Amino acid sequence: MPLPMDLTVGPNLFFWDAEAVRAFYEGLAATPVARVVLGEVVCSKRLPFWQDEIPRAVETLLEAGKEVAVTSLALVTLPRERRMTADLPGTGLPIEVNDLTALLHIPEGQPFWVGPLVNVYNEGTLRWLAARGATRVCLPPELPLASIRALARTGRDLGVAVEVWGHGRVPLAISGRCYHARLHDRPKDACLFVCGEDPDGRDVETLDGQPFLAVNGVQTLSQSTASMALQAGALAEAGVASLRLSPQSRDFADICAGYADLLAGSLPGEALARRLAPLAPGGRLSDGFVNGPSGAAWSGPHG
Amino acid sequence: MMELVCPAGTPAALRAAVQAGAHAVYCGFADETNARNFPGLNFSREEMAAGVAHAHANGAKVLVAINTFPRAGSEDLWHRAVADAESAGADAVILADLGLLAHAAEHHPRLRRHLSVQAAAANPDAINFYAEAFGVRRVVLPRVLTVEEIAAINRDIDVETEVFVFGGLCVMAEGRCSLSSYATGRSPNMNGVCSPASHVAYAEEGDELAARLGGFTIHRTPKGAPAPYPTLCKGAFVSGDQTGHVFEDPVSLDATRLIPALAKAGVSALKIEGRQRSRAYVAEVVRSFRAAVEAQAAGRPLPEATLAKLTEGQAATTGAYAKIWR
Amino acid sequence: MPSSDLPRLPRGLSLLAGTLPLMPVSLALTRLTRDLSARHPGIRARLGSFADRRFLLDLEDLPVVLLLEPGGDRPRVRACRRGREPGHDARIRGPVSAFLGMLHGRLDGDALFFSRDLVVEGDTEAVLALRNAIDDAEIDLSEEAGHLTGLAAPAVRGALGLAERLTGVALSRGLEAGA
Repeated sequence: MPLPMDLTVGPNLFFWDAEAVRAFYEGLAATPVARVVLGEVVCSKRLPFWQDEIPRAVETLLEAGKEVAVTSLALVTLPRERRMTADLPGTGLPIEVNDLTALLHIPEGQPFWVGPLVNVYNEGTLRWLAARGATRVCLPPELPLASIRALARTGRDLGVAVEVWGHGRVPLAISGRCYHARLHDRPKDACLFVCGEDPDGRDVETLDGQPFLAVNGVQTLSQSTASMALQAGALAEAGVASLRLSPQSRDFADICAGYADLLAGSLPGEALARRLAPLAPGGRLSDGFVNGPSGAAWSGPHG
Repeated sequence: MMELVCPAGTPAALRAAVQAGAHAVYCGFADETNARNFPGLNFSREEMAAGVAHAHANGAKVLVAINTFPRAGSEDLWHRAVADAESAGADAVILADLGLLAHAAEHHPRLRRHLSVQAAAANPDAINFYAEAFGVRRVVLPRVLTVEEIAAINRDIDVETEVFVFGGLCVMAEGRCSLSSYATGRSPNMNGVCSPASHVAYAEEGDELAARLGGFTIHRTPKGAPAPYPTLCKGAFVSGDQTGHVFEDPVSLDATRLIPALAKAGVSALKIEGRQRSRAYVAEVVRSFRAAVEAQAAGRPLPEATLAKLTEGQAATTGAYAKIWR
Repeated sequence: MPSSDLPRLPRGLSLLAGTLPLMPVSLALTRLTRDLSARHPGIRARLGSFADRRFLLDLEDLPVVLLLEPGGDRPRVRACRRGREPGHDARIRGPVSAFLGMLHGRLDGDALFFSRDLVVEGDTEAVLALRNAIDDAEIDLSEEAGHLTGLAAPAVRGALGLAERLTGVALSRGLEAGA
């Protein structure tokens, strides 16, 4: 049975060079996703290396019939970052707010989207954002199904599309400190962009060798790749409008196609999960935030 | 003089803080509405009212922290906390959630609103947004800023700023971290706990004390070495050929010697972390910082610091306040 | 550095304690704990659901361990020889001075944990609840001993004060209580 949800591709969280970015968005244009959010969300220092690709990517995606929005930075502290944020409305694209700083620059009444890095935990917050102009909200990845259900219901009443983290290493934290630079014994201001060496983040294991986290510059991610392959039915039933797929460096078009087949009812969740596990960096899936004892847990069979 | 804002996890700690010279005490109700929702800690409604009366009788203020993010479907619990803080006579509430701020501004307009560090408002635009939208009067700054950045922020805003000067140190932007729930299912934002004791297991393994959180090994401490909290972001991990504290060493913040610089940067209030600590900690730290802010206000040199034993890892850092930390 | 400058019971006193018969010690400590619990109802309230846990207090400078069961209407303390320890949910190990210093609000439990003077095993959450409940109670053993002995209270307090000065172990709240 088809599920009444569509697919949104989130901004790329990692530092890829311009050619990789170009190839990625060209490939994405051919996939069955409904919309794409792009732009730099993690580190303002990366942007100059690939920002010239943005106009071309936007054009390619719009021509392919996708909705396109541009993201704000997740943590805005420097004057340069405040300027970047203030300039966003000038792009003419819908803005996905990933730090409330951006709200100051969006005129009252202009619609905007809210990303997963803004704390939308309850109906009161969703209502306030809707009144301010939010038309689409991707919920924080740590929310359990009961909260998702309550927020999706409120979203429907308010005319706000509610989206859930569908696939990808989960953004767990953002810091003033750059862990990539720290691991290379470099000060943040002289990082030499070492995060570019790890196109899906740098793995962090426990002292006992358990796979655990991944660092991506100032961001910390889960090492497992979250996947809603086995939860999509419950999410659709809860009233979720869209699944967010977060870019990874390899096989992303295949991944999008797999989720599209799942939503179309032509691929069972278990089969999709079996297909996804070997494609995930590190090979592990998780879905515990939605319905499990902890975020790292996986509801399906292991291995 | 800069206002000294001191922690109290129990009525006894509140009295200890007031006696030791706190200008203001912050505390929370004994439920998930506050970010130190630990077993045996915090205030009943009656204790809060008595605590406020005691503080006021001794010239101190009480700020009530209601700084978790209300759970969908259960916002009433948080709304009641704001109403009960007002009727207990609190001088302000410390809030982080947009919806709760909107609720408080609409239904309790005369109750002073402070923005919790959990809201992570890290620049003048974000702070001005909270001030304009919700009438926030003071902002607790996230621990990701340098002293220079704090000074720049104060030039561009019209509300007071409060900064942490002592205690546990988050290395992540507060209120935007799900590391704890990834390992345990319980998080600061949702449950008011980080790396909760309920999910901690210690084991003596050979010559080491292993600490595990939700089954993940957080650190192994050799015999005789100082023991850190099993806090996830201060654990020792392996990444490639590197083994160590990937995120932060097990140290805590002591910015005593930065008090003059923070005063010059326009900071209104200094905050001490540690509502989960004992009244012995509260009394000692508050006494030390009261002497320091008095010395600073009078233009005297700061007294020598003596708080090392109370700090995690028994070592202190000035954290993000110095740029090199990043 | 761990195992620092905390005072330890003099070896003679420790050996002497080892010769005490356990039954009367258990009865006396149970009586004291019930009195404390009755006079400080806040302890039970703060312990909440953790009141039914069994805490093994491992006093490393004594030859005995104490099993504290704060639950039910009738809290119990049982003294046992080390090596013949009863079942428990959590164990807290440290010198007598650490326990008494925490009880009297003179020492910080977390600081004792950082310095490894205090070691916790088992149900960490229950230990936190117990620590917080007792910290809020503002207990003063000298005062409590005074309650126990009625008219002789001033003499007992005087003796405890002397013991406190001689051993360096906190047997009262000291300065904090005065204000």
